Amino acid sequence: MMSNIYSVKVDHGVTTTWKFFLSEIKPKGKLLTPFNIISIPIILLGLGIIVIRFWKGLGSVTNLTQEVPWGLWIGFDVVTGVAFAGGAYVICFMVYILNMQKYHSIVRITVLNGFLAYVFYAGALLLDLGRPWNVINPIIGNNFGTSSVLFLVAWHFLLYMIAQLIEFSPAIAEWLGARRAHKILSGMTIAAVIFGITLSILHQSGLGALFLMAKEKIHPLWYSEFIPLLFLVSSIFAGLSMIIFEGSISHKVFFSQISEKNHLAHKSIMHGLSKICTGTLFAYFFLQLLVFIHGKHWNMINSPYGYWFLFEMTGFVLMPMFLYFIGYRKNNILMIRIAAIITMLGVILNRLNVTVIGFRWYDHIRYVPSWMEIVVTLAVIFTEIWVFRWVINRMPVLRESPIWVKKINN
Amino acid sequence: MSLDRRKFFKVLGVTGITLAIGKEAGANQAIVSETEFSGVLFDAVRCKGCHGCEYDCADANNLPDPSESILKAEKTGMKRKTDESRRTVVNGYQTSKGEVFLKTQCMHCNEPACAAACLTQAMYKTKEGPVTWRTEKCMGCRYCMVSCPFDIPKFEYHSPNPKIQKCTMCYDRLKTGELPACVANCPNDALMFGKRRELIKEARKRIYEKPEIYVDQIYGEHEAGGTDWLYLSPVPFNELLLKTTIQNSSYPQLTKGFLYSVPSVFVLVPALLLGIQKATANIHKISESDDE
Repeated sequence: MMSNIYSVKVDHGVTTTWKFFLSEIKPKGKLLTPFNIISIPIILLGLGIIVIRFWKGLGSVTNLTQEVPWGLWIGFDVVTGVAFAGGAYVICFMVYILNMQKYHSIVRITVLNGFLAYVFYAGALLLDLGRPWNVINPIIGNNFGTSSVLFLVAWHFLLYMIAQLIEFSPAIAEWLGARRAHKILSGMTIAAVIFGITLSILHQSGLGALFLMAKEKIHPLWYSEFIPLLFLVSSIFAGLSMIIFEGSISHKVFFSQISEKNHLAHKSIMHGLSKICTGTLFAYFFLQLLVFIHGKHWNMINSPYGYWFLFEMTGFVLMPMFLYFIGYRKNNILMIRIAAIITMLGVILNRLNVTVIGFRWYDHIRYVPSWMEIVVTLAVIFTEIWVFRWVINRMPVLRESPIWVKKINN
Repeated sequence: MSLDRRKFFKVLGVTGITLAIGKEAGANQAIVSETEFSGVLFDAVRCKGCHGCEYDCADANNLPDPSESILKAEKTGMKRKTDESRRTVVNGYQTSKGEVFLKTQCMHCNEPACAAACLTQAMYKTKEGPVTWRTEKCMGCRYCMVSCPFDIPKFEYHSPNPKIQKCTMCYDRLKTGELPACVANCPNDALMFGKRRELIKEARKRIYEKPEIYVDQIYGEHEAGGTDWLYLSPVPFNELLLKTTIQNSSYPQLTKGFLYSVPSVFVLVPALLLGIQKATANIHKISESDDE
């Protein structure tokens, strides 16, 4: 008799959890929005291309060659995507380490954005691996290649994803109403933040260090022993510009979820970030200048690659720096948003210049990504946005935490 | 791996000292002979361009018959490269001393960039010298291809279960006491297998005996920190399109500074962050009370 009642209770619990998850999986908004109409076919096409890729090999969908073994999927998806995800460690540093409470309201969305970027862009790495079933080898210890920068980067990706998941986990606990878990997970935040910042410093620079051994293959204007430092510094404004860009969009799209207080804070946050971006862009430009003078590459400026280098430095470093500065001084949000977009284009340009465009610059036959590589890249980005939207619509990322959280904390 | 590297530097150091001091350091030679790398000396003066080594290589490694591509290259005058279906090629070059032939394959660097790049040690520098590739460890990231200054590792882009193809100096044959297939069958004695130190000695002897025929340089003695394959040539090496932009120090050296900074960053940065975090913990409270 007793056991009977017990089992009924359990059944009841399981079915409600099940129902909860089922109802949460269903889409909450309109299905036929312009974004969905564009993204769904591209995601489906991307999936089809991925099937061909695993069935017939990398060569059937990519334009990679024996000379250019890394293309768009590494140069853009992984190297550039991770730079854009740098905002998470910068904001965590500002809020949890420097105690700048002003930015507290954007921590969760930034960490979520960073976490998903790592999951999807590091996930895109699996598509590029020729033998992805061996991807666990460096993790399980089937020979540690500790002299490899890629070994470091791979481990850091994995550990940083865990750190970010811990940083974000209170939001998941609030969504599920798990009060005990919430308390434990919130207590782990500072440790995860400190660990996460350290990991980020090392793997943001590590992505640059990957290319140190390709000394003769990368155009001298983009190759120097300071690539790791340049990658690290540029990840700061890349990440912050991403926050401004993404924040401006989610501010509009998820308008109803944002509280009155945070609406008012939005402008002030953008304003504060523009100041930091101006500073780091200046530091970055100064570093580039030092590297350029130190490398004695004057003679290379008067060549197509030299013009291309100048174009990058003036158009995508100096110009957004001034725009950010003016936007900051005049408190002009539109100017700041334009600066953010130009900065992001500049980071894409810089990463592609190091990894793809400046790679084997002396060859006559150049690597140009195939349309299928581009479609898969777009599919990865769109899928990430889908998951991003799904999480924001369900978990307290932009909206306020439930009342019980405040009760626990007080 | 740090142990491996240390061991490696030891070997390099001892080899270097032995080379410098020569016969006077007799006592050291016993240690050296245990860990010395083997290599092959290619003499472009002796090579007649018969492509025999290409056939032997294909036979020994179960690769497709190279005759078609050889014939095609002879007709068109195109220079061939190694790829996923051939681990070695011989090309003829028009030089100041007539046609000279050059064999291309993995150089088997003393300190290989590919092995340093590999995060699973699938690319592996054996203690005998050959750089080998191990199927079950490789995850196909192709970082070895990005890093190799000689562009040697080749990837099977059209296979769902792709392998990296490169010369292994016939490591399996070496273990059974046989010579590498190309060396064993060269009809013109253009290839000579031996301990690297012996080969350098032999190469110096050839240059010394016929200075009018040989260029006074052994390609591979210093390139990329020294390679186990060594080249002698009647013309300057840039006429044979051998890469002359290769740096003389080893390539893994380029990432060493970065990798060595990792432990210190891991110790110092968290400590620093924790310190700042503690220092700023009260800022908020003070400013709040100021507001009130």
